[in-house]
Amino acid sequence: MSETWIILGGTSAIARAFARKCAASGASLLLAGRDLPELKRIAADCSLRGAASARAVAFDARKPAKFDALIAEAVESSGSLNAAVFVGSMPEQSEIDQDPSLIDGVVQDSFTGPIRFLHLLAPHMEERESGTIIGVGSVAGDRGRVGNYVYGAAKAGFHAYLSGLRNRLGRKGVHVVTAKPGFVDTGMTWGIEGMFLVASPEDVADSLLKAVKKKRNVIYTPWFWRYIMLIIRSVPEFIFKKLSI
Amino acid sequence: MRWKKDDLTGWGGVLHREAELARPERLAALAAVLKANPCPAIGARLSYGDAPLAAKAVDMTRLDRFISFDEKTGLLDAEAGVTIGDILATFGPKGWMPAVMPGTGHATLGGAIANDVHGKNHHLAGSFGQHVESIALMAPDGTGQRISLKSKPKLFRATIGGLGQTGVIVSARIHLAKCPAGHMAVQERRMEDLDAFLEAFNQSRADYQVGWLDMTAGGINLGRGILEEAHFADGPFEAARKPRSVPFNLPGFAMARPLVKVFNWFYMRRVPEAGRDVQRPLQKFFFPLDNISHWNRLYGKRGFHQFQCVLPDEHAPATLNLMLEAVVASGLASPLSVLKRMGHGRAGMLSFPMEGFTLAIDIVNKPSAKALLARLNELAKNAGGRVYLAKDSSLEPAYLPDMYNELEDFRSEANKADPERVFETDLAKRLNIRGQA
Repeated sequence: MSETWIILGGTSAIARAFARKCAASGASLLLAGRDLPELKRIAADCSLRGAASARAVAFDARKPAKFDALIAEAVESSGSLNAAVFVGSMPEQSEIDQDPSLIDGVVQDSFTGPIRFLHLLAPHMEERESGTIIGVGSVAGDRGRVGNYVYGAAKAGFHAYLSGLRNRLGRKGVHVVTAKPGFVDTGMTWGIEGMFLVASPEDVADSLLKAVKKKRNVIYTPWFWRYIMLIIRSVPEFIFKKLSI
Repeated sequence: MRWKKDDLTGWGGVLHREAELARPERLAALAAVLKANPCPAIGARLSYGDAPLAAKAVDMTRLDRFISFDEKTGLLDAEAGVTIGDILATFGPKGWMPAVMPGTGHATLGGAIANDVHGKNHHLAGSFGQHVESIALMAPDGTGQRISLKSKPKLFRATIGGLGQTGVIVSARIHLAKCPAGHMAVQERRMEDLDAFLEAFNQSRADYQVGWLDMTAGGINLGRGILEEAHFADGPFEAARKPRSVPFNLPGFAMARPLVKVFNWFYMRRVPEAGRDVQRPLQKFFFPLDNISHWNRLYGKRGFHQFQCVLPDEHAPATLNLMLEAVVASGLASPLSVLKRMGHGRAGMLSFPMEGFTLAIDIVNKPSAKALLARLNELAKNAGGRVYLAKDSSLEPAYLPDMYNELEDFRSEANKADPERVFETDLAKRLNIRGQA
């Protein structure tokens, strides 16, 4: 059966690895993002790696008025329709402290933009009664920390939305995966001090596909982050507020 | 672009340095990095010595996309970070493969060009650079140009094998060769000594040839080993298996002489006295060590050198004899020692290949390694041979002009393309590759 994946934030390292794996299995790809020349390179690469088709489509999480075009294109696809959301932005917390207006962008990129898109897409997936949505959140959304709590707050909101969407679409045969990656070797973490147990984008992409296949609801990737976050979440607030981890 | 402070080292792990690395994930970011901070590009860092070392460097491994492929002619356009193994895995099932493949599939396209690498079919197919149609080369200021043998013959020949000194190789168009099958038919034969080995190479008509040397055997057994001759068999293309990994540096005694001796004894007797015919999937034949990630950790923290030279036919037998004697006597050799026939094919001014025999030996980094390497380098020079710069960590700079007879032409091209010498690596400085400023 033919399969189409909409990949939001297609230029991110994890999205690229994920798109390649979908391409190798012969899927059709709609690679959506802001950097069209770069998306076109990725699309050409995916085509040569076996994608039935791969197209670059403009998508800006901060311009919801333009989402309809992508939705229209996705709806034209035959077979099962799927979406993976990799968008998000994480300026340094210190930059945000200097200029709180940056918060709006973080929230639009990581939370309101993607959920508005998914909300437009959901009825079409309900109609087809098939397909999977992967929402890539973050372990940062599990508990607000002094280092990146604006990004964490946006991701926490995204997690809550995905949980609700799963609740809604699950009864229609559409599955929603919430993925919470730990540190991944991407441009976002490159050169930041204090990184440990850094996973490769390829391994994270593998775990996403496995979660789709096994219909997992919430995954941490790599898996051990589930336990790291379990510990971090269990620290009592009166102690946690004094920590800077 | 954020820069990452890192301990930068090559595959051998002997030479290290503190470095700052940028790793652009988009093409536009590469130009921006160069404009702001011009510095050399590095790939998978599989050169053994200091070829990939510099105070600042751009890691090209994330610019790894295929751009286009012509199924009629086999012309592939790809970014420099694409690996040779990736090209084989993607295009092998469609009946195409790189015409020349080095011993590891993890090497990048950019690295394969910048070192003009060779494979087990060098006597037939020549070097990697001979299959390059054109290169997109970026200047220190971030501007790009496409060069080919036709449009810019000198710059093109200085760039192939040019160790990144003429600019950043952003992408390249290469001619793939037909890949007739997914398996190789390999004939393995024991060789009693060096004379028998060289004679067998001279007689061999096989498409692919490689010899493994037992460098613990001296006396009448000097130069014994196993000759592998191969051609394409039938059988479908198989995907490579996920490699196992050496998780940490092994303690120093792992490469101690008695252990290596025992290993080699078994390795030799794997092949029965009468020889044997086996079939291997392509990846296993071409990239035998890629099944084990980080195999360099077998040598422990102190690392190892690789010495590789090529010797012209007339002096090869006598010089190889002296080299093997010196290595066996030192007791420093590891199980990884390779002898190959080499043709005359080369594509660049600083390319390594010349007609004759090439010897590659891994040498454990003990204090006595220095004297052994000096001796081997000297023997190579006296025989009119060459030391492979992709492997080197110990060459005497004064030998360079003797070994590389187009060095002056190379210098003038490289210094024209990069007058500020922003692309100088530690290797280029150590061997004075660019000449006195």
